[in-house]
Amino acid sequence: MDKTSTNSSTINKDVTCPFCGILCDDLVIQNQDETLKILENGCPKAVASFETKQAISSPKINGKNVPLSDAITAICNILKKSHNPLIAGLGTDVGGMRQVMHLADKTGAIVDHMHGNALIRNSLVLQDLGWITTTMTEIRNRADLIIFAGTDARNYPRFFERTIWNKKSMFKLKNEQRQIVYIGDKLNSKAGTSPNGKPPTTLNCKTEEIGEVISGLHALVTGATLDVNEIAGIKIKTLQTLAEQMKAAKYGVIVWSPAELDIPHAELTIQNFCEIVKYLTRYTRFAGFSLAGNDGATSANSVCAWQSGYPLRVNFNKGYPEYDAQRYSTHNVLKNKEVDTLLWISSFSSDVNSPRASIPTIVLGTPDTRLNFKPDVFIPVSTPGVDDTGQLLRTDSVVSLPLKKVRQSPYESVNTILKQVIERM
Amino acid sequence: MYIKLTNGIVYDPVHGINGEHRDIYINDGYITRKPSSNTKICKTYDMKGKIIMAGAIDIHTHIGGGKINIARMMLPEDHAADLVEKTELTRSGCGYAAPSTLTAGYRYAEMGYTACFEPAMLPSNARQTHMEMADTPMVDKGAYAMLGSDDFFLRMLASKKDQAAISDYVGWTINATQALGIKVVNPGGISAFKFNQRKLELDELNQYYGVSPRDILKSLARAVTELGIPHPLHVHGCNLGVPGNLNTTLETIRAVDGMRMHLTHIQFHSYGTEGDKNFSSGAAEIAEAVNKNPNISIDVGQILFGQTVTASGDSQHQYAGHWHADPKKWVIMDIECDAGCGVVPFKYRDKNFVNALQWAIGLEIFLLVDDPWRVFLTTDHPNGAPFTSYPHLIRLLMDRSFRNDMLSTINKEAAAASTLASIDREYSLYDIAIMTRAAPARSLGLKNRGHLGSGAVADITVYSNHKDKEKMFSKPDYVFKNGELIVRNGKIVKVVNGATHTLRPEYDNGIEKSLKRYFDDFQTVSLGNFKIDDDEIVEHGNGKIIVQPCM
Repeated sequence: MDKTSTNSSTINKDVTCPFCGILCDDLVIQNQDETLKILENGCPKAVASFETKQAISSPKINGKNVPLSDAITAICNILKKSHNPLIAGLGTDVGGMRQVMHLADKTGAIVDHMHGNALIRNSLVLQDLGWITTTMTEIRNRADLIIFAGTDARNYPRFFERTIWNKKSMFKLKNEQRQIVYIGDKLNSKAGTSPNGKPPTTLNCKTEEIGEVISGLHALVTGATLDVNEIAGIKIKTLQTLAEQMKAAKYGVIVWSPAELDIPHAELTIQNFCEIVKYLTRYTRFAGFSLAGNDGATSANSVCAWQSGYPLRVNFNKGYPEYDAQRYSTHNVLKNKEVDTLLWISSFSSDVNSPRASIPTIVLGTPDTRLNFKPDVFIPVSTPGVDDTGQLLRTDSVVSLPLKKVRQSPYESVNTILKQVIERM
Repeated sequence: MYIKLTNGIVYDPVHGINGEHRDIYINDGYITRKPSSNTKICKTYDMKGKIIMAGAIDIHTHIGGGKINIARMMLPEDHAADLVEKTELTRSGCGYAAPSTLTAGYRYAEMGYTACFEPAMLPSNARQTHMEMADTPMVDKGAYAMLGSDDFFLRMLASKKDQAAISDYVGWTINATQALGIKVVNPGGISAFKFNQRKLELDELNQYYGVSPRDILKSLARAVTELGIPHPLHVHGCNLGVPGNLNTTLETIRAVDGMRMHLTHIQFHSYGTEGDKNFSSGAAEIAEAVNKNPNISIDVGQILFGQTVTASGDSQHQYAGHWHADPKKWVIMDIECDAGCGVVPFKYRDKNFVNALQWAIGLEIFLLVDDPWRVFLTTDHPNGAPFTSYPHLIRLLMDRSFRNDMLSTINKEAAAASTLASIDREYSLYDIAIMTRAAPARSLGLKNRGHLGSGAVADITVYSNHKDKEKMFSKPDYVFKNGELIVRNGKIVKVVNGATHTLRPEYDNGIEKSLKRYFDDFQTVSLGNFKIDDDEIVEHGNGKIIVQPCM
């Protein structure tokens, strides 16, 4: 039983948290008169997201409250007139994304996610040389060397708890046998200290220099000698030590977060990670792991790929999918006036808001959405995993989890709203 | 609401009907007996001179799940030359080797297929597999859950747990993942690769668990038997693609002691080491073993020349094969201490000795196995070739002069090394109806599919009997799904969603106690969330689950 009820209070167990890409699914949440409280396993992000009382809002046309059906009619009218819509944000679950894809096909739209820049950094590497990657349960039970490159996983608050510092592991790997290494700028290495106090190793360099450091390591693991004393301020001797650790690891992992590698041509840095992993795999086992997928990004990318053949970003304007990871970014197509309507979707948080554009704009957002402009149509939407059931894919693009409905909501989901739009168009 | 198909020439091997004029009656989605003379027939189709078969069934095609989605994402160049525009009825999408789900569904239906089965559903990826299958319209679908390199099973085997407990776990997995069968891929080898073992012979021990592929095969085959799962254990054997693996395959057949076993894409497991290039055909020995062992069924995994992508759960051998990637990019994944996958694009070249001989080996196996009830037509889509090449493959089997013409164009040494030119056999339409309809339905336990008798679901394909069989099988005149006309002259006329076929084998649910502890200790999802509710397929998917009976 994952649900127990008394008169006024319901306890939901094994609740999946949809608010970051690692989708912890062990939350215990109490619903007391529609107010939620996380009783177990809530990180600060989950607490802030689940426990904040749902804001009161209403569908609006040009800032004026209207019934939902009027707002849906207004969306249909705007989309009918549009020749080149952009459907962006895409903060929704698998079901919502399925409707997005259907609507995009029907209206000839471009689709892009609010974290599109991060997504394509990985896509470009996948499409150029590929990679060797792993998933959370493998790391949890196998990884004896974990290198955090350009990230400290702070945006994924329970990553260390859920995948690294374990009471038990399948193959009797003890916490003290794990070596944690950070490479990057201003990384908080606190979480990398083992429960018994074994500290991690940190190599400080600028984010822009991580690729160079990894290239140096790659040269060293191949046995090359480098005719310099340091790379990016890191002594060759230090790198040599790490290179030896990498060669000696039984199962090494390089963790990166594409969103945090916010530098020009970050894909080249990610490719450096993937290529040293491939080289080491000739002799031992090594793998990459990408920490991403907030706001349903992994689901959006995957649903887009299976329904259109391409990952984001895709343009349906010609009646078939056209893929261009760079050109069809929200930023570019708005700046270059390639689109004449914007439909923005964000049902998990109001952290990333719709851009202000000088074209008809429709926003399907959380009820607490605060915009610095009045969109033509605004509809407050429910959050999958809180107000509705649903499904999301985890950051590793392998595991997906069911989402529970843990409270009643007066708002409809992106899924059902877009379904009505599609039916009425 | 009766529909009549009249004047057609019927091929229905389940009922021994071999090209006879029969009328077929459909009512409420099912084939029925001839109704009484006062019953109103609402619609009559004159099928004069046309060939009528049940809808075709693909028993092994990678249409959904993580690895095929990786292939899609990795290969924009694959799609660019094969873009599919939306129509009034159908959504846009693309091919070619790794098509979008929607396009795959449409293309299968337009080729006369009405059911497709995904053979490698990783339990940890099952939910996504069902999502992708739900987004594959037109056809029925189902999937085989992949076991054999998962830690829980290997742990049970290593600690010599009794077979009953292992069978309970297998039964639990089928239920939890909404599967229709059990597949094993490179038994124990995917796990071994994670411990840095680069190969695993049939009797070699996984270094951590101390169990061999032979132990795994026997245990899973027994579990499948004990649970009454209709489809035999679906086996992708050891040593895929390795010259000399012929002997492994023969030994694998002996290993199961007469228990039923399906050896999939056996072409990739039928290689000898003779000749200057240490690569030769083992088709004759393999076919002989299949002919002698009625407990064995196979599908071929025919290769056809051109660009494709190989997508497999066999991370160990996909890693070994990555040196041949074309274009030069590839993906290997270790997955959840459960399984793995490897995605390696590949171009089969007719002038390359090895590729040309692989082509010949596949055809030799088709033609040397006597019983079409035990050999199914597959290319292991997309590994040997995209499923859209089936009509070409059917022509190769049915038309000896065409086959010999093709043989004369391939690498000369390979052609000389093959016995293909000396094989006269041509498949008949009856044989094709067996291997693409009757036999896969029987093997999967789909009692009311794959035939045209009263009570069968009215999944029916009607062809014009062209001399050119490629033309004939590329573009059926009519396809009916559940009695509705969905394809006319090779084009979709109505979009439908097929159902998902599953099983609910009985098992002792006491196994959940140990599983719960195991998930809590080691996994990164909870046991409850690992399991897929019907609602996730029904409400969030395509709307229908069909539970097939166990034996």
